Formats: sequence, C-alpha cells, structure tokens
Amino acid sequence: MDPFVLTRSLQRIGAVTLFLLGEMGRMVLFLLATIGWLFRPPFRLFQVFKQVHFVGFKSTFVVVLTAAFTGMVLGLQGYYTLRKYGSEGALGSAVALSIIRELGPVLAALMVTARAGSAMTAEIGIMRITEQIDAMETMAINPLQYLIAPKIVAGLISVPLLVAMFDVVGIVGGYLVGVDLLGGNPGSYWSSIEAAVEWKDVYGGILKSISFGLIVTWVCCYKGYFTRMSAEGLGAATTEAVVLASVLVLVWDYFLTSVLL
Amino acid sequence: MIKLVGVEKTLGGQKVLRGVTLSIPAGKLTTIIGPSGEGKSVLLKHMIGLMKPDRGEVWVGNEEISRLRGEALNTARKRFSMLFQGAALFDSLTVTDNVAFPLREKLHLPEKEVARRVGERLEQVGLAGMGHKYPSELSGGMKKRAGLARALVMEPEIVLFDEPTTGLDPLMAHTIHALISSTQRRFGFTAVMVSHEIPEVFLISDWVAMLKSGRIAAMAPAAEFINTTDPEVREFIGVGAAAQRAG
Ligand SMILES: Nc1ncnc2c1ncn2[C@@H]1O[C@H](COP(=O)(O)OP(=O)(O)OP(=O)(O)O)[C@@H](O)[C@H]1O
Ligand SMILES: [Mg+2]
Repeated sequence: MDPFVLTRSLQRIGAVTLFLLGEMGRMVLFLLATIGWLFRPPFRLFQVFKQVHFVGFKSTFVVVLTAAFTGMVLGLQGYYTLRKYGSEGALGSAVALSIIRELGPVLAALMVTARAGSAMTAEIGIMRITEQIDAMETMAINPLQYLIAPKIVAGLISVPLLVAMFDVVGIVGGYLVGVDLLGGNPGSYWSSIEAAVEWKDVYGGILKSISFGLIVTWVCCYKGYFTRMSAEGLGAATTEAVVLASVLVLVWDYFLTSVLL
Repeated sequence: MIKLVGVEKTLGGQKVLRGVTLSIPAGKLTTIIGPSGEGKSVLLKHMIGLMKPDRGEVWVGNEEISRLRGEALNTARKRFSMLFQGAALFDSLTVTDNVAFPLREKLHLPEKEVARRVGERLEQVGLAGMGHKYPSELSGGMKKRAGLARALVMEPEIVLFDEPTTGLDPLMAHTIHALISSTQRRFGFTAVMVSHEIPEVFLISDWVAMLKSGRIAAMAPAAEFINTTDPEVREFIGVGAAAQRAG
C-alpha cells in the first residue's frame, strides 16, 4: 500500500476545502460589490425593466403550467388520502398550505433557475468570452452596475410575483381536480383555506421567494461573470450555475422553514 | 505617451510577455507587428489596464496605470478607446446603439448630436444604412468596421486598434487604413495598432515595433524599419534571405 495515502488524501481534502472557502469568499465579494454599485447613480431603471420582462414576464408560462399541475396532483393525492379519514373537507387547506409554504416558492424558484437563470449565465458568459465585458470596462462603465445589478434587482422583484401567481393557480388547480372532477364540497374547499392559512404562512412564503430570487440571480450571474475563456467553460458554467442555484434554494429553504415554523 | 518597462506576464502557465520595454510616442501612429499568438493583444490589454503585469510597469502619461484601481483606473481609461480583435460589439444592442453607447454613457450628449456623430462614423466605415442591424446579423468584416466606428466615435486621446483590417477584403482594408490614418492626423490622438498587413502598415504608420518571443525585437520609424539588420525581423517582414529566395 502507498505509505503516503493518508497524507495525500488529507492534502486533497485540504485543497478542496480551501477552494470552496475561496469560492464562497469570491461569491460574497461579488455580491457586496454589486450591491455597492446598485446604490450609485446612474440608476439603470430601463435595464431593470428589461430584466423583469426577461426573468418575470417570460417565465409566467412555465410557472403557470407547473403551478396548475402541482395543484392538480395535490388535489388528486390529497382527496384520496383525506377521504380515508373522512376529512375531504380539509382538502383546500391541505393544498393551500403546501403550496403557499413550500411548493410555490421552491418550484417557482427552480423553474426560474432552469429558464431564466441558465440563460443569464450563458448570456453573461458569452459577453465575457467575446470580450464584451472588457469592452465595457474600457469605456469606464462598470459591468457590475450595468449588467449584474439590474439582473439581481429583477430577481428580487420577479420571483415573489411569480410565486404569488403560482400560489393562486395551484390552489385553483387543486379545486378543479378535488372538487370539479372528484366531487368534493366546493364550500368547504374555500372555507378550510380561509380557516387554516394564516398571515404567518403568506409572510413566510414571501420571505422565501425574495431570498430565492436573490440566490438564483446571484449564483447565475456569478457563474457567468467568471466563465473560463472557452466553449467548454461556458457549458460548464451554465451547468454549475443551475446545479448550485437549485441546491442552494433547497438548502436555504430548509433553514428558513426551520426558523419560520 | 505610453511606456512599458520590463513587463512580464504569464497566462495559463505560459510566459507570454518576457520583459517588454516599449515607448509609444504621443500623437503618432505606432504599429506592432509580430507572429500570431506572441502576445500582441495581451500587450494592448496591458496598456489600457485590462491586464496587470506580473512584473514591470505600464505608464500612461505620468500615471502608472498598472497600479491604478477602481475610480482612478476608470478616470485613466476615459482617455482611451479600444477596438478589440473580435470587435466585442454588445450583442443586445443594434449597430447604431453600439456606436452610440460610449457617447450616451460617458458624454451624455443630446440625442441629436449622438445621431449626427454615429451617422457620420458609420458612413466612414461603409456601414451607412446598416445601423438597425444586430451584431449577429453582420459578417465578420462588418463587425470589425462597426467596432472601429465605436472606437473612433469618442475622439479620445489614445486609441488602440487590435487588427482593424483582419477579415476585410483588400479594397476595404485599404479604405480602413486610410480612415485610421486620416482621423489620426486630424485629431492627433496617439494610436497603437496591431496589424498583420505588411507592407501596407509601413506606409501609414509613423513607427513600427515587432514583438517576438515576448520581447520587442525591433522598433524604428516606419520608413527605416525595412533596413533593420535583425535576420528574424527581416524574414518576418519579407526582406530576409529566405523570403528573397522564395520571391
Ligand atoms: N485570458 C487569457 N488566459 C490565458 N491565456 C491567454 C489569455 N489571453 C491570451 N492568452 C495566451 O497568450 C498568448 C498570446 O495571446 P494573444 O492573443 O496576445 O496573441 P496575439 O499576438 O494577439 O495573436 P494573434 O495575432 O493571433 O491575434 C496565447 O498563447 C494565448 O493562448
Ligand atoms: Mg491578437
């Protein structure tokens, strides 16, 4: 056996840890620098509108589709499960609480990552590779301010709105299946929602969706901004961005939930 | 105007610049020639502070640009404009908006003045009527010319041109050389051009320098460059023994 196997694996663990710590540090610095530029004039409102259109408006279709089917499957599962205990009347609250607290923010964030986040990484990465970011710098225009800050602001604005839409569509989807299709009681669907959903749930959902909007745009912009200068680098950056953003959304969701509950 | 002293730079584990010492005279057109992949583009990026030397100094006027950061670097860069080798047009903007970009963002000129200057530049580079197109709809040579229009529109103190005529037909290359030379004379800016157009660059440049093996192998006034004695330089510009045999 290799006598140095222990030192060598220790070395590898050390190297990976150092790399991860460095990467985290760079990510935080990147965000702080962007926030710093965000509050300096000129304020690029037009860029923000453009990005809200891209991140928010253009994601509505997939978010509505995901929401409808999520609500419908919840209606289906919930109806049969609750009927075993003779409490179909609580279907509305079961659907609404799962969507408002968990599924709405998480699934909407994941869909935004897949649709807008990956495109964001690719767009910024191409700008890096084709020296458009360098060109911007030579014109004494800060790319963090011009390019990155509007995207992060757009994430903060768009994701909560998309989540609100997800919640409504999902709850209606549950109604369509649980009440219209399977014959549950329409009155008790809505009244159980009214009785069960508290302000705390809605507030928690909003808090989650804002933080997810930040995580997704931050990670995707960072990965694009530091793309390695090649076509493979661009592909890798996009994949890494989607994976890291999705994982961070789920991890952060757990922490927030455990704090909020 | 621009002075490099012993600049060394390693990129991707490869020593690209190995002690470049070079002085670019103010108000003149200096052309840098040299084999592909020798670091000419890297050299230009050092002049404008996009890359920092591992060792050595880069001076612009009486500022050491290689030490500037943040706001000071931004201020120093306002004296420059640069045509990138790949044009580096913004994909999300039309040709007109690309050329107008520095005018709007840096000078905050009224729209009428912007339109006038942009129209004039586009016409000079033979892109009149193409302003509404996006970079993805242009040929490589058209992108180059749009990039040139953007570099010249600001009328700055120093302009860096990275291969302004690569990918153009001979006639258009000639037109672009004439444009660079005449705007340079008219505005008197300091111009640094990287080019492979030998011998044409000898006719329009004031000075020629050759980058070879990470160093400046020769620098001389354009008219005298041809009399250089370095055999490698002679070979490269086509007056060496091997080239004469072939010719
Ligand atoms: N950002 C970078 N990262 C790593 N290596 C780089 C980078 N930029 C340039 N290089 C390397 O530096 C060397 C010089 O590149 P440069 O683009 O300056 O060559 P060049 O003289 O401009 O060539 P050409 O005439 O083909 O444009 C090349 O080997 C290139 O691979
Ligand atoms: Mg080059």
